[in-house]
Amino acid sequence: MPMRKSKIKEVKEKLKREKIFVLFLFLGLFLIAFICITLGNMFYKQAEDFSGLIDAAKDPIVLEAIWISISAAICSTLIAFLFGVPLAYFLARKDFIGKSIIESIVDVPLVVPHIVAGIALYGVFMRYGVIGAPFEQLGIAFTDAFSGIVIAMLFVSVPFLVDAAREGFKEVDPRLENVARSLGASHWKTFIKITFPLAFSSIFSGAILCWARGISEFAAVMIIASFPRSASILIGDRFTSYGLSGLPGIAGARPISVLLISICLVIFILLRILQRRSK
Amino acid sequence: MIEVRDLYKDWKEFSLKGITIEIKKGEYFVILGPTGAGKTLLLETIAGFYFPDSGEVWIEGHDVTNLPPEKRRIGFIYQDYSLFPHLNVEQNIEFGLKLRKSQDTTRKKMKEIMDWLRISHLAHRYPTTLSGGEQQKVAIARAIAIEPSVLLLDEPLSALDLRTKDYLREELKKIKRELGITMVHVTHDQTEAMVLADRIAVMMKGRIVQVGTPYEIFNKPLNEEIADFVGVENILSGVVRDNDNGVAEIEADIGGNIFAVSDYRAGAVKLFIRPEDIILSESRGESSARNVLKGRIEALDDIGPLTRVKMDNSVVALITKQSRECLGLQKGEEVYATFKATSVHVVR
Repeated sequence: MPMRKSKIKEVKEKLKREKIFVLFLFLGLFLIAFICITLGNMFYKQAEDFSGLIDAAKDPIVLEAIWISISAAICSTLIAFLFGVPLAYFLARKDFIGKSIIESIVDVPLVVPHIVAGIALYGVFMRYGVIGAPFEQLGIAFTDAFSGIVIAMLFVSVPFLVDAAREGFKEVDPRLENVARSLGASHWKTFIKITFPLAFSSIFSGAILCWARGISEFAAVMIIASFPRSASILIGDRFTSYGLSGLPGIAGARPISVLLISICLVIFILLRILQRRSK
Repeated sequence: MIEVRDLYKDWKEFSLKGITIEIKKGEYFVILGPTGAGKTLLLETIAGFYFPDSGEVWIEGHDVTNLPPEKRRIGFIYQDYSLFPHLNVEQNIEFGLKLRKSQDTTRKKMKEIMDWLRISHLAHRYPTTLSGGEQQKVAIARAIAIEPSVLLLDEPLSALDLRTKDYLREELKKIKRELGITMVHVTHDQTEAMVLADRIAVMMKGRIVQVGTPYEIFNKPLNEEIADFVGVENILSGVVRDNDNGVAEIEADIGGNIFAVSDYRAGAVKLFIRPEDIILSESRGESSARNVLKGRIEALDDIGPLTRVKMDNSVVALITKQSRECLGLQKGEEVYATFKATSVHVVR
């Protein structure tokens, strides 16, 4: 019994010592609750109407929309990777006048309202736009096309990849590169064998964020390519026409949302496990 | 052999100003200087991590000024070891080997080097699990594996504890002795320089200010700044009054005349006397030494095995604890500081 008492006392003393952490944790829990209640409630409501979820999962229109979202986001992430990783390495290693301007430009999509981004993209990529017109000659259209969705996603999500990759490269000590060079590796080989593998974890995290942000895009996609229907467009449509639960035979906004977020979460968790493994 | 000719390079905070050095084949060359002198940058420029604004770098008779580091055949060792954290010990060591040699020779050579440096048992460990000394041994193994003609070492022992430092110092000597590699070692540590160097270059504020043997550097510094840096604690001013067959008689500012081996016949001079060259005694006594200065003890400080004695005439002496006890030195006591004319280095 005396042992127990001292234990309680110990905990009490610890709480006293760490007062500020106790308070901050309490405050922080409001945010956690906010997120959990919002998403949890949606899943819970849908669980009550499980057959509605099954119906949505069988609906080819829904599945196609989800597939379009996921694949378009993969495409935009790959493009962001291809051009963003070299840019990130350059920004991490080189100092030059106007560097902060370049870095700010990369981050501009974060502060531009996405509907505005959509309008801007439309102006450039439509049939008569600066970029849209020459592509039109080649038979490639962006308006109401898969490529338009990719472009919209790319614009809004590229900062996530570039910023993460840049920070990842910055954490790689340039002296490691120097040593690799002295051991006979060319600059190129040093990048492939030392720098990139060491920054990979950060780049990968950035790519996951980039991909997830792409899938979630609604406004910009709606302006430039509301067709073919990607998941967020379909969810928006169904919400305005049929509400949360939908009608018999037509899935509402909620089951599609639950389906989309479930699929994304599974992919997200799998990718994270993969990332841990590779470490 | 390394030759650096009139090398200039400007960074924002540092610069190299007209560096010229010639390092002989198989020599252990130490670049000694205070923090911020630009030692590391010089070493990195020799390695090719930076390119000079002007001047030339020659290694083994080839002009490498414009060659990238991978074409220079150099080994480079950093203070913080710089092992590749995503590769284990074996993979670190074979990194350079694999780029130049066949699979078979790579494995053979790697075993050989790991045995030689006694790190074979670490082969499959990752750098983060190793101690500082072990990491530095792996870094050395990795560098010498490619059989470089030159090994560049940037403060290689500075982050290690004393015992490991001593041990690795011996390993470095062994590498020089048995492999005959030209070694260029940058440090701010005077003991390290004294123990390892065949020759030392003193670097200050981006310039090489003196090159010489350890004896020359520590006993015959060229100017006051160098003298101060290499631990000459007695820096006196005086005027030469007479010169008798190469022994100058100098009237010192602190009072009294000091005899020094010097060719100066007149004029104002500076006198450098190392504190360990001064003997303290309680009476004037008989001694072959020409110089005797009387003073009162102002402070006694223990520094490791030695005691630093400061006198009221600003003379500083380093004596062993043993002799401190024998003499029973006390603060305020009057003592005689004795030193030879050959222990006094005179400069203009």
